[in-house]
Amino acid sequence: MSTQKTDHSLDSFGDSSASATRVTPGNALRPEDIAIQKAVPSEANAQYALRLGDDALILAQRLSHWISRGPELEEDIALGNIALDQLGHARSFLSYAALAWDKTEDDLAYFREEEEFTALHIVQQPNGHFGVTIMRQLIVSIFQHLLYTELLKSSDETIAAICAKAVKEVDYHRDHAIQWTLRLGLGTEESAEKMRHAMEILWPYVDEMFKDEPLYDELGDAGVRPSTLRAAWDEEINAVLADAELEIPKTGSAMSFGRQGQPSEHMGFILAEMQVLARKHPGATW
Amino acid sequence: MAAQNESGGKLSAVLSPEEQAGKDRFEAIIAEDSRIEPRDWMPEAYRKTLTRQISQHAHSEIIGMQPEANWITRAPSLKRKAILMAKVQDEAGHGLYLYSAAETLGTGRDELNDQLLTGRAKYSSIFNYPARSWADMGAIGWLVDGAAIANQVPLCRASFGPYGRAMVRVCKEESFHQRQGFEILLELSQGSEAQKKMAQEAINRFYAPSLMMFGPPDDDSPNSKQSMEWKIKRFSNDELRQRFVGMIAEQVKVLGLTLPDPELRFDEETGQWIHMDLDWEEFKAVIFGNGPLNAQRMERRREAHRDGAWVREAAAAYAAKMARKTEVA
Repeated sequence: MSTQKTDHSLDSFGDSSASATRVTPGNALRPEDIAIQKAVPSEANAQYALRLGDDALILAQRLSHWISRGPELEEDIALGNIALDQLGHARSFLSYAALAWDKTEDDLAYFREEEEFTALHIVQQPNGHFGVTIMRQLIVSIFQHLLYTELLKSSDETIAAICAKAVKEVDYHRDHAIQWTLRLGLGTEESAEKMRHAMEILWPYVDEMFKDEPLYDELGDAGVRPSTLRAAWDEEINAVLADAELEIPKTGSAMSFGRQGQPSEHMGFILAEMQVLARKHPGATW
Repeated sequence: MAAQNESGGKLSAVLSPEEQAGKDRFEAIIAEDSRIEPRDWMPEAYRKTLTRQISQHAHSEIIGMQPEANWITRAPSLKRKAILMAKVQDEAGHGLYLYSAAETLGTGRDELNDQLLTGRAKYSSIFNYPARSWADMGAIGWLVDGAAIANQVPLCRASFGPYGRAMVRVCKEESFHQRQGFEILLELSQGSEAQKKMAQEAINRFYAPSLMMFGPPDDDSPNSKQSMEWKIKRFSNDELRQRFVGMIAEQVKVLGLTLPDPELRFDEETGQWIHMDLDWEEFKAVIFGNGPLNAQRMERRREAHRDGAWVREAAAAYAAKMARKTEVA
């Protein structure tokens, strides 16, 4: 793949031949471990972990809808696997954030209101047709890959450890999205048209991913200012889109402020579905 | 091909010397309980029976994803959501293995898929029952996967190699699923009154359909005898059914719940478990398309196939373009 860059940045971390789901061979970092660890995040670091967790959780929720509906059996498995990875990242980030407030991952996932969520609008966007889902994956997975790679150097050891596991998985998500973008962009006139349509409806939510917020002043070396990732993201996605013969549409940028508790209209429906059973039985264990 | 088609049937008397040698070898392999492999000679009826059985099994895995996918987005904890997602993914994987095993018999996956979508092929009728509550995720795992395992463990020794080998891996994952299902019910049975009620109702709904998964009673199962002679099948439907019911009769005690079967008992004399009469009219009605959800399950599969057509076309067009490029270069 001409668009695939060889990434050597991970070579210094762990065994590159190890399973993607392990931090080091034989040592997986599980959300259950994080939930009982002694190191509790500062308020700022917890808020940061919450943001990363919310993005992954809502994306997982969206992607999981594809299971049993994919264009091929192989895609049911692939999208299901990606959803499962994202859910795993969400569980780790939320378990960590929850420590700061004496809560659990499930308290945060099931018992927060819409405006308490901090997910970016891009991950809240509906799946649409397969091309929309792939384009959303391309946009988000390149972003997450850059972000998690930088976060390997986070001064917050737990965040760095979660990202060490997540970055390897997100690398596969990125590859999956790139492969499909090429196939759909170059495949048939219909598929190319569908991809152009996908870009038009998703591009308004791209800028929000790179907005800095006051939180970053408190985070110091624990976090990464998203604005610093923009140039690398542009370069990478432009290369893929050029190979796929797709042009970035001239759309504007939506005023979206998911990080500030202003979710999209979709969020109420997403949460209504996700939370319904847990809220019917408050205090129950499952 | 014509000669081969007829070779397993009435015209077997006119076998060519090569075919006769193949037939002798086939019979010897079956007799010594060894394995038939795809390139070996086999009677056409053996090929047909296996293609039907393996592809039905594959279709069941694929349709069986739907009742569980129905709860992924609403799973009541993130851990349960992750487990359920992994399980449904396993099922897609089983479908793929099994389609591959069926393909070794000479029918391609596209054709097998077409048989499913046009209603020419069947799938396990249990998946035409709705998964109404979260507890159904437990009952499906414990009872439906449990019955599947009871059926499938002997199939690991099926005379056709690719099928037997696929079943080894399928069974390992299925037994994991069954434990997960049991764990869901156990958690519910130790929870609130509402949770206990949910668990009991799920067992009540899935008990009889899961017993019917073993197929009709032995005296009404026309294909069983031949399958046993070919060592595809090792135990009769009724044998497997009573073995399974005995297992769950013990396990349900751990849950502190009950099976909805007033006639269930162990008969000391015969050493068999006796269960209530099952409604075979309902079973037939579901098989013939009149179960609660046959129409919905089929439409979901057709819809996914229809909606994905442009994606598959694009992938094929891209592959052709790349192949041309390689040729030119």
